[in-house]
Amino acid sequence: MAQAVRTIEMERRSAKRRRVTGRFALYAIAASAGFLAAFPFLWAIITMFKEDQDLYVKANNPFWFNKAPTLEHVRFLLFDTNFLTFVRNTVIVGFAVVLVTLAISLPAAYALARLGMKWGERMGIGIFLVYLIPPTLLFIPLSRVVADLRLQESLWSLIIVYPTITIPISMWLLMGFFKSIPRDIEEQAMVDGYSRIGAVTRTVVPLVFPGIVAVVVFAFTLSAHEFIYALTFNKASAVKTIATGVPTELVRGDVFFWQSLQAAAVLVAVPIALAFNFFLDKFITGFTMGAVKG
Amino acid sequence: MTTATTPRQPRYLLDNERVLAPLFMTPAVLYIIALVGFPFVLSIVLSLTDATVGNPTYDFVGLETFRRILFDDPVFRTALWNTFVFAVIANVLVVVLAKALAMVLVSDFRGKWFVRFLVLLPWTAPVSLATITWLWTLDSIFSPIDWVLRSVGLLDGNIIWLGKQNLAMSSVIAVHTWRIVPLAAVIMMAGLTSIPQEIRDASEVDGAGFWRKLFQITIPLMAPIIAVAALFGLILTITDMSVVFVLTRGGPTHGTQVLSTWAFFKGIEGGSLGQGAAIALFLFPVLVAVAALILRMARRREVL
Repeated sequence: MAQAVRTIEMERRSAKRRRVTGRFALYAIAASAGFLAAFPFLWAIITMFKEDQDLYVKANNPFWFNKAPTLEHVRFLLFDTNFLTFVRNTVIVGFAVVLVTLAISLPAAYALARLGMKWGERMGIGIFLVYLIPPTLLFIPLSRVVADLRLQESLWSLIIVYPTITIPISMWLLMGFFKSIPRDIEEQAMVDGYSRIGAVTRTVVPLVFPGIVAVVVFAFTLSAHEFIYALTFNKASAVKTIATGVPTELVRGDVFFWQSLQAAAVLVAVPIALAFNFFLDKFITGFTMGAVKG
Repeated sequence: MTTATTPRQPRYLLDNERVLAPLFMTPAVLYIIALVGFPFVLSIVLSLTDATVGNPTYDFVGLETFRRILFDDPVFRTALWNTFVFAVIANVLVVVLAKALAMVLVSDFRGKWFVRFLVLLPWTAPVSLATITWLWTLDSIFSPIDWVLRSVGLLDGNIIWLGKQNLAMSSVIAVHTWRIVPLAAVIMMAGLTSIPQEIRDASEVDGAGFWRKLFQITIPLMAPIIAVAALFGLILTITDMSVVFVLTRGGPTHGTQVLSTWAFFKGIEGGSLGQGAAIALFLFPVLVAVAALILRMARRREVL
């Protein structure tokens, strides 16, 4: 009997030890993952406040301020470069793309999720496949199309072309959200005398609102990320976006404005990452729901 | 008094599904046809011509362009090989690291929100800007990695990460991996949370240890979604050009050139539209294969 009690006691203790090691490993992995992921940005944050005479001395500790930190390079970025123009262009293009994306993908996603088309399923897969014809394959022919439409060197080229990237993924996400809402809700509204569109806008759209917000964030960030089309269509600085303007304009010949470059990366990456982080759970639910049959 | 008995009778034309469905689908379909379908066909047409930016007359030359890039263009072969190497190595690393990361991120711990924010930075930052932070981290003179190695006495001078063939390749692979791990981890988190709690509890009661649970329960149950994450990663690496473009511009001497950058340098900067289009088209068979795999995996997931 005492023997048995002792064994149980030992079992319990080893289980506890295993849990403690587990917790320790968890924190260790979490901390190192966070550090590895953020390292270049941490280095960028330190760099952006450094004096030239501090930064360009090989023996200086790169992770510390050997001279007092300065805001000069951030000021240079904001007022002596076209950075703010790039920001403005990115925001304009982003909002326009969001509008086009919603206008086109909301009804289409509803139709795919609800309107029981025979070819609905196949259509959904087809749209998913569009995602596999990436900008890399299309930028050369589209450069001709954009040139023939006289849209090169203008933000319109990007506003028209970017929805090809955002629509498929948004439809996929929204389809999942529509499927997650019981049909009875809108059918009840229709029984109550609303037209189908009236029923949908009054009952279903408010319910998929989280999904719509997710699509807004997603479409906006995707267009802020895009690189190839922006590089191909727009070469004048007045119509560049952040993604292309910063790497191409803050380098003059062989001279890199390192502090300002890093400041630009940090000032853009951090807000976008914050927004994204906030909506991460929506993406995860949307992603799984899109795969579930309605 | 009769209306109440027939609530399903469409009262408005737009209540009819046969009218509404096509109406709702048409804009999306037209958009995709005009700006994906048509350019795709145009890229095939271009690849069969000798069109250049200065002379876009589309003279038909048949498969001559393909013959020329396959046999007379050593850079193309390097680019093809590099695309393959980058994608495969980066994604093996991505799967392993993302799996570990996903397991950490689904558990509860203090400061989780902050860790998640840090971990997502590489994916949420615009690629070209994220790569710029690396360009500076791997600087030939002022790289902080070199500084650390120097101060612990492991290095004399500089490594010059981006100036030597193998190091430049490794750097590009590392940056790709760094960037895609967060996305793959997010996808896998969705898979992890879908494993029924009963199964996990049962294995706990049976006294299964960490590694046993990992290899006999989590990984087999998650296999389909791991595959989905890997395939998304593959697409991202195969089609991305900004990492190479910003980090090395394909150098040193075309050592890190990939299909997408080479297509850009030939087709847009060099102006040979036909050749550029042909180079980019080499991506397509790979993408179709990847797509077929993704769809098979997605099907299997629904069976589960």
